[in-house]
Amino acid sequence: MGFEKFGRRSFTAMTKTAKFVDLLSEGKVAGTVCKQCGAKFFPPRADCASCFSNDMDWFEMPGKGKLETFTIAYYAPFGFEKDCPYTMGVVDFGDMKLFARLASDIKPEDAKVGMDVSVKPLKYEDGQMSFEIIKA
Amino acid sequence: MAKDVAVIGVGQTYFVRGYEGSIRELAFEAFKEAMQDAGITQKDVAASIFCSAPEYDKQRSPAGVLAEYLGLIPQPTFYIETVCSSSSSGVKVAYSMIKAGLHDVVVVLGFQKMSEITSAESQERMGRGADIQWEAPFGTMMPAYYALYAQAYMAKNGLTHDDLMNVRVKSGTYGQTNERAVYRKGVKPADFDPNNPDARMAGAVAWPLRVGDACANADGASCVILANAEKAKAFSKKPVWILGIGAASEAVNMAARPDFSKGLSVGYGAAAEAYKMAGITAKDVKVAEVHDCFTIAEIMAYEGLGFAPMGEGKQLIREKATYKEGKIPVNVDGGLLSKGHPIGATGGSQIRTIVLQLRDEAGPMQVPGSPEIGLVHNVGGVGLYGNVTIFGR
Repeated sequence: MGFEKFGRRSFTAMTKTAKFVDLLSEGKVAGTVCKQCGAKFFPPRADCASCFSNDMDWFEMPGKGKLETFTIAYYAPFGFEKDCPYTMGVVDFGDMKLFARLASDIKPEDAKVGMDVSVKPLKYEDGQMSFEIIKA
Repeated sequence: MAKDVAVIGVGQTYFVRGYEGSIRELAFEAFKEAMQDAGITQKDVAASIFCSAPEYDKQRSPAGVLAEYLGLIPQPTFYIETVCSSSSSGVKVAYSMIKAGLHDVVVVLGFQKMSEITSAESQERMGRGADIQWEAPFGTMMPAYYALYAQAYMAKNGLTHDDLMNVRVKSGTYGQTNERAVYRKGVKPADFDPNNPDARMAGAVAWPLRVGDACANADGASCVILANAEKAKAFSKKPVWILGIGAASEAVNMAARPDFSKGLSVGYGAAAEAYKMAGITAKDVKVAEVHDCFTIAEIMAYEGLGFAPMGEGKQLIREKATYKEGKIPVNVDGGLLSKGHPIGATGGSQIRTIVLQLRDEAGPMQVPGSPEIGLVHNVGGVGLYGNVTIFGR
């Protein structure tokens, strides 16, 4: 339970990784790491497909990465229209990647492939919890 | 190059904005044409497979409903779904059933009635063909996903907006000659000019992709009838053989994707498997249909299929090598961009085009020189599923 609070609008109510939202509230963007084999996952998984263990720990995502790619949405799917335009991108941390929106203070024309970025939790006015890509 | 399974009949409806009928009536049109093309009746059909992306119309479990309407009961029937490549996946399953000796003649019918919902609802449905748990909550949609690939690809490989525009100009050229296409107007550079107040295609949708970089939604159905060698020879004067089938899948979440500047990995994986099975290389392909849901997708497909080296896809469009008279004609029926992309019907429509080409029956779209080998590249989702099917006379 609790995962309906994730994102601008959640499409999933229940997941065994719902603690992710609690960790966002504590200021952490976290993935899971398999206690058996050490495999790391972002977005978090409850089950390890490498060794079939479901014994997972949480780890915080690295502080700095590079913006691998991004897009500026001038048109939105049903339910997101009010946010337009918004920018979404992929951060490459080297050993893992992350997909999210870019913070609204990064102007679309300032976003560049390869720029240094970081990631932080975000709380919307309606109480929804998310995370966003920020300038490093 | 085994000739064990052949296409003996193809059909396709006109691809239109708002089909004035229900899905069963839409399916019937494509089915009727394919059956008449094959010259068979329902008693000759051993099984049927129906393919679409769910949630565009209200019908759940459409296979039984459509099978009844087409007169294909009591034979076995079922549903196959891989979003935009559903009917290619259906053909793969039909091929497997025939090859296994389970059935001798199988109907594969793809359909989609997208106009029952609004464009924004459609974007939301399509977005949910990606990762609903971890990505859809950010407001993702298909154009944005493909734009991620376009942005990285353009930054690394020197691909320009003009190159993308020229893909669209090419599809417009052939959309005009395909009477079944939803978009039958030509496309000019002025249509992409942001300084032109009448430019229809210049507006940004998901930067760097513009209105004109995206395919047209449409309602439509397609039908492909497959048969084993014995039945194919008995029924058909011009059977078109399936020489190779390849398929691949990729991580749904963008966070697990390899280098975005290198295109969709499923394209490479499916192509390698299909070429190996057919015992051919890219050079042997004389006509191709590729999944140009967006202009960038056609450029990436050139490379995935080996028509151009990695990063050099732009050269093919700059040199007009993928025009009808070029060295490797691609999407000379208008492609998804102009012909339209009724999701579940698309793969079957691509196959129909290639089958007509290999029979020298493509009319104004016919590639000169009687092509011997044709290829269909059909992608589902954002490179989530990839299917490549190779056909020969």
